[in-house]
Amino acid sequence: MVSNSEKYTEKKARRSLSEEKRHSIAGYLFVSPFFILFAIFGLFPMLFSFYLAFFKWNGLGEMTYNGINNFTIIFNDPIFWKSIYNTVIIGLLGTVPQLIVAFLLAYALNSQVLRFKNTFRVAIFMPYVTSIVAVAILFSIIFNNQSFGLVNSFLGIFGVEPIVFTQSEWGAKIAIAAMIFWRWVGYNTIIYLAGMQSISNDLYEAAKIDGATLTQQLRYITLPMLKPFVLFTVFMGTIGSLQIFTEPLIFFGGNLREEGITVVAYLYRDAFENNFFGTASAVAIVLFVIIMVFSVINLLVTNRLGRGKARKA
Amino acid sequence: MKQVAINQPKKQPGRFILYGLLIFAGLVSLFPFYWMFVMATQPNHVINQTPPALLPGAELVTNFTNVLGTIDFFGAMMNSLIVSVAVTAGSLFLCSLAGFAFAKLKFKGRDVLFVLILITMMIPPQLGLIPTYYIISQLGWLSDLKAIIVPGLINAFGIFWMRQYIKEAVPDELIEAARIDGCSIFRVYWNIVTPAILPAFATLGIIVFMNVWNDFLWPLVVLQDQSSHTLQVALRALSDSYNRDYGMILSGTFWATVPLIIVFLLFNKAFISSLTQGAVKS
Repeated sequence: MVSNSEKYTEKKARRSLSEEKRHSIAGYLFVSPFFILFAIFGLFPMLFSFYLAFFKWNGLGEMTYNGINNFTIIFNDPIFWKSIYNTVIIGLLGTVPQLIVAFLLAYALNSQVLRFKNTFRVAIFMPYVTSIVAVAILFSIIFNNQSFGLVNSFLGIFGVEPIVFTQSEWGAKIAIAAMIFWRWVGYNTIIYLAGMQSISNDLYEAAKIDGATLTQQLRYITLPMLKPFVLFTVFMGTIGSLQIFTEPLIFFGGNLREEGITVVAYLYRDAFENNFFGTASAVAIVLFVIIMVFSVINLLVTNRLGRGKARKA
Repeated sequence: MKQVAINQPKKQPGRFILYGLLIFAGLVSLFPFYWMFVMATQPNHVINQTPPALLPGAELVTNFTNVLGTIDFFGAMMNSLIVSVAVTAGSLFLCSLAGFAFAKLKFKGRDVLFVLILITMMIPPQLGLIPTYYIISQLGWLSDLKAIIVPGLINAFGIFWMRQYIKEAVPDELIEAARIDGCSIFRVYWNIVTPAILPAFATLGIIVFMNVWNDFLWPLVVLQDQSSHTLQVALRALSDSYNRDYGMILSGTFWATVPLIIVFLLFNKAFISSLTQGAVKS
């Protein structure tokens, strides 16, 4: 700490001991609510999950030790593997096209000649503001199985027979991915736009003087400078995809079919519909491990790419 | 214009593509909202016809009356409001208090504790779902809004964010001066720190409020009585009702969405910047 006047230094010296003590007491007091609440609702449940994963329990009766059986049970359950497969496919279908489109939209919105910029921005961002439940209900009706469903009646114009979305392997995944795409594309557009606006105009100016074409500017300036933002959206997209739950639950109306069940939906069904708390905890641990692996990979990639470069984010 | 045009299309076709792309994207973004409104005004037999109606009908009031007969719409909205306001107010207070401590107070183990908080951000919420449910049931909080509010107060991101902001926005000298004048440390927080970080309250507040308002999994698990349902859980119950009255269902989702859209349109600048700030800074 820097003191301004002699008088102040003197005063500070006189009360420094008690001041230090006061700081300590206040500091511990101010941060304690987090740690107390976290101990009860964060740490304890987390440790208990690890414990529970080795027990057989229906939530009410006795817990019986089950060894690694819970893990054997889920690893031998084809639906569990299906849920992982579905999660990955839905995640890829919902996220990859979304990020590409978001990039294009951000690039268009960043154009200097564009008018009504804010109107476009607000329109594209609006889906993000609605609740996932409302979106999922709306899209489950848009992707209705019958010929009067909006998507089916559109396909009907081209003579396509109505698709039974809730029972079709790809239909279910596409419908769920569409919900994710629609809700998140605007959000990522805004992130990319923020990134593009943080790039100094001097760079483009210099490139122009050197005779760089638009494609060259995009490739050598915009994309490299945007890397931290792209990594952020990829990371959030990955973690978010691994936790998809609401969309399939609403889309299948409580009857979670294997065409669209995701890992978290599998966990939910095991725990709160079948009362298999032990195997559900085992699922939670597997999910935790998968998310940790992705986070570590992301951290490593970010560190490597960020090294020696001025970070923007 | 001071700024140099970045990707200025030199010919009309470039501009045409630019506007075409954005108009198409805007229409795709907005159409579902419009269609939700159309369906909310149509009787069921019109909805079940091919091709589907694309213009509003006359059943706006009837459909919403049916919603009110199926779920306690306003009760659920009230529950959502109570939960969201309580969590937002509570976590803004706790996060800024802890953020202040981490930014400006000196105490042993401060940096270790802060790193611990950052680490907790990496734990996926589903990991502790089952035991937390068990704790809540042991506390007798099932179907009680406390089940959402109390665990919702833990917000590691909020503490991190407040610490960064307070570090920059409040000069050390100001705090020292106030201490010399005899202010208690809590009064320094209350009279000096909080007024200086109002923008941080606003942005974090929007993020927290939206997250709580839209949360679904946890409320679905712990709010079992219909009277305790938040809007999201009530909407789910609405769409699960046996008679698939689409006009009624979409009337429910439409009226649940309208307040959000109004608030968003009023504060869209603050909204967008807070969500990107929260994202890009983390």
